[in-house]
Amino acid sequence: MLTKLSGGKVYDPAHGINGQIKDIHIRDGRIVEKPRDGETITQEYDLSGKVVMAGAIDMHTHIGGGKVNIARTLLPEDHRGDPVPHTNLCRSGCGHAVPSTLTTGYRYAEMGYTAGFEPAVLPTNALQAHLEMGDIPIIDKGGYVMLGSDDMLLRMMAARKDQNAINDYVAWTLRAGQGIGIKVVNAGGISAFKFNQRMLDLDENNSYYQVTPREVLKTLSRAVHELGIAHPLHIHGNNLGVPGNMETTLNTMAGVEGYPIHLTHIQFHSYGTEGDRKFSSGAARIAEAINQRKNVSADVGQILFGQTVTASGDNMAQYRNHQAGSPHKWVVMDIECDAGCGVVPFKYKDQNFVNALQWAIGLEIFLLVEDPWRIFLTTDHPNGAPFTSYPHLIKLLMDKTFRNEVFSTIHPDAQKMSTLASIDREYSLYEIAIMTRAGAAKLVGLHDRGHLGVGAGADITVYTDRADREKMFAKPDYVFKDGELVVKDGSIVKVTWGATHTAKPEFDRSIEKEISKYFNDFHTIKMDHIKVTDEHIADDGRGRVIVQECKGRREKTA
Amino acid sequence: MENAPAGAVENVTCPFCGLLCDDLTVERDVTGSLNVTKNGCQKSVTFFGRSPQAPSPRVGGKPVDIKKAVAKAAEILGNAKLPLFAGLGTEVQGMRAVMSLADKTGAALDHMNSDGFMRNIQVVQNSGWQVTTLTEVRNRVDLLVIVGTDIVSVFPRFFEREVWNKKTLFDQDTSKREVVYLGGRDIDTSAGVAPDGRHPDVLPCDLDCLPDVISALRALVSGKNLRAIEVAGIAMAELEKLAQRLATAKYSVVVWAAAPLHFPHAELTVQNITELVKTLNKTTRSSGLPLGGIEGDMNANQVSTWISGYPMRTSYARTYPEHDPYHFSTDRLLASGEADALLWVSSFNPDRTPPLANVPTVVFGHAHMQLEHEPDVFIPIGMPGADHKGIMFRTDNVVALPIQQLRDSTLPTLGAVLSAIEQAL
Repeated sequence: MLTKLSGGKVYDPAHGINGQIKDIHIRDGRIVEKPRDGETITQEYDLSGKVVMAGAIDMHTHIGGGKVNIARTLLPEDHRGDPVPHTNLCRSGCGHAVPSTLTTGYRYAEMGYTAGFEPAVLPTNALQAHLEMGDIPIIDKGGYVMLGSDDMLLRMMAARKDQNAINDYVAWTLRAGQGIGIKVVNAGGISAFKFNQRMLDLDENNSYYQVTPREVLKTLSRAVHELGIAHPLHIHGNNLGVPGNMETTLNTMAGVEGYPIHLTHIQFHSYGTEGDRKFSSGAARIAEAINQRKNVSADVGQILFGQTVTASGDNMAQYRNHQAGSPHKWVVMDIECDAGCGVVPFKYKDQNFVNALQWAIGLEIFLLVEDPWRIFLTTDHPNGAPFTSYPHLIKLLMDKTFRNEVFSTIHPDAQKMSTLASIDREYSLYEIAIMTRAGAAKLVGLHDRGHLGVGAGADITVYTDRADREKMFAKPDYVFKDGELVVKDGSIVKVTWGATHTAKPEFDRSIEKEISKYFNDFHTIKMDHIKVTDEHIADDGRGRVIVQECKGRREKTA
Repeated sequence: MENAPAGAVENVTCPFCGLLCDDLTVERDVTGSLNVTKNGCQKSVTFFGRSPQAPSPRVGGKPVDIKKAVAKAAEILGNAKLPLFAGLGTEVQGMRAVMSLADKTGAALDHMNSDGFMRNIQVVQNSGWQVTTLTEVRNRVDLLVIVGTDIVSVFPRFFEREVWNKKTLFDQDTSKREVVYLGGRDIDTSAGVAPDGRHPDVLPCDLDCLPDVISALRALVSGKNLRAIEVAGIAMAELEKLAQRLATAKYSVVVWAAAPLHFPHAELTVQNITELVKTLNKTTRSSGLPLGGIEGDMNANQVSTWISGYPMRTSYARTYPEHDPYHFSTDRLLASGEADALLWVSSFNPDRTPPLANVPTVVFGHAHMQLEHEPDVFIPIGMPGADHKGIMFRTDNVVALPIQQLRDSTLPTLGAVLSAIEQAL
């Protein structure tokens, strides 16, 4: 079975292809160079004048796991506003801020996305995260496993265990949670909150362990690097949402001794303290730092106006910020001497000074960071806005006139505090393809996704080139997942089940002796029962595990 | 029945209460009989101890093969305008199959423990809460306040595992932990006696007086002065002392079970507990711990929430999910005559039989289930965690644990039966 996509304008930044007319051939779910001699083309799509890109990849989206389900439980009134009836093909559910799992998959696919990565997989909740993602159809999935406030790591660090032992523990945890990357949330701070600390700056000690966030970040970023995990340490910084936190963010970049790091939802960590209201944009300095430091990448976590809900592992910050939430109800949890979570609904308003400036700060960062390979398009779904608002966000980035029109309607004091209107940059289709495809795949470590080269998985999205970029990106003409047509004219035509991408670095298995003893002494479950197996993911024949290559463990640390 | 050889299985996970203890040793004989030999409790010994049986499915009380039973169940389901899937005592994969069939057939969903569970859900929907999980309790609790329950009749090993454990991460001397029972009469407080013989504090009152007592405690914790001398027989001085202890504790945990709170608007009392905990967190750390996870109620609510967006008491009648904690209760849907078929699931517990209903009834039951009124269709299904594997959610709503298959069984899983019915529709 050979499918030919003919004559489309192809944007494939991984191969430097910028709008050239090219044919693409697909056989058995993969992109191939050309038909074999005598091979007949089973199906041909005439894509003359159409824009062709790889399927989009959301490298940071809260789509599965305990806090997502808590967010769903918290907001029945939000679901009622967006009921999703079943059809002959699709099952029912609900949408908007925290959609049901099936609706999540359908809506991502309908927007041309073919993969999404859950950024906060708690080791003790990993099975739930994978179960929920197992009920998300069509798109591929994966997760970043959270470390950094777990008592095992903090004990090892307090005991000055050597880096190799920590690397083994990190690799073990990644495997147990079936993740593709390692995430740290408010390094050491979730643990500190359990000891009743309410803030934890980069060089402040966790009161019990006498370990600082800087030390945690250094240790973990080094572990990730030495294990050869492609995705750099995924950092949710300390002091989320605090005016003046850009200093913490700048110090975080400086504090990891050049190890690769990814700073997530950096908009929430780019605040200054200037102005009458002691809240200002730190975007220029943050962007400049990213421009200079090639080991740093970031996704924005753009906020967009409207009702949503914030769901985070950062119980310390969520507790601190809950008063600003709307509607006023919230869940904060301490979790298993492992992590925590906080879920707070938010309604971002364009006439609220802080929200309006947050909106502008996010866009400033997008436009001031020069290298589209190191800045990524996210709303930190659903924390800044639901993922369904991506087409609107793309229009804000690609259309300066539209952006300035919206800017002129936000809170006037926020306008005065932002340089946004003076920034002329407009993202090109090529740059959008980098940040949502090629760059994202490279960052996550997906070697066969995010590009259209021979051998790549045939995840392909076809758009009509429309001046209104929001309309263009909201409704692709065609979406192919692993070579199968799943979406036509923005609607599902076939429901398939994607894979789960993982990374499995090698490590010294004897670490299990220590971990097992730790579980027996302190935990309420056995070590072996925390492990998510391939079978758990593949159950019902709907899922499968893809192991993405780690470049191999680096030299052992002396 | 073909059977695995006799032997002992270690680190077995027990699905019969919300603790999901996973350290049991279970011995299996050649007939597939199971016997808990290590780390058992009254519940696990009883539930695992039921002899392996594989009765025939029945239609109209007569033994039939599984195909005929499935066909009849599909016919009943196909004829119903609003089928009600209730009971729902199953594990995660069984619940996923329930959701699929319910969506397809426009059914309503409710769990047998929803009367209690919904009290907690309504609090989350209205104000949220601040809660913790078992390993945190085990390592951190310094003051345990237990509201209206003895814990152990529902969770037999709670104190052994989470309170009087010897080791903690933070070098706490667990024998110094303080335990207070608040509310209830003639509560069995023996498990709350410290290893060194120190007795817990007990502040008894009738359960239906808890709203007054908890309101008063919340007021005191919030710094309000109350003029009463006593509330429901508890001296105000005692409540003031308790409020003081909560304020000075470093990590207090307030435990409640919503199920036994049988008084009108008990959700408001749960809310007073959770808001009291929130207030304490302004200055110190405190967490709630609701007790659930019985008969798969956590599984039903978790799975329903991720697949439909809503917890139990959700209906697919209008082709999309709608949730109403009052409208879609089993009792109401049956009493009003809106539900015109009942499909009842109880795979862990043979004693949880369906309510008497005047509508065609299909029961997917534990092999030992004895039914006073023969349903139209009875299909025996395997017990998850013994006859087949599965996944369960623990009481804290965070930890999901695999449960094992411990013996060969000819009984089908709920998921297999429901898939067959879905095919037959």
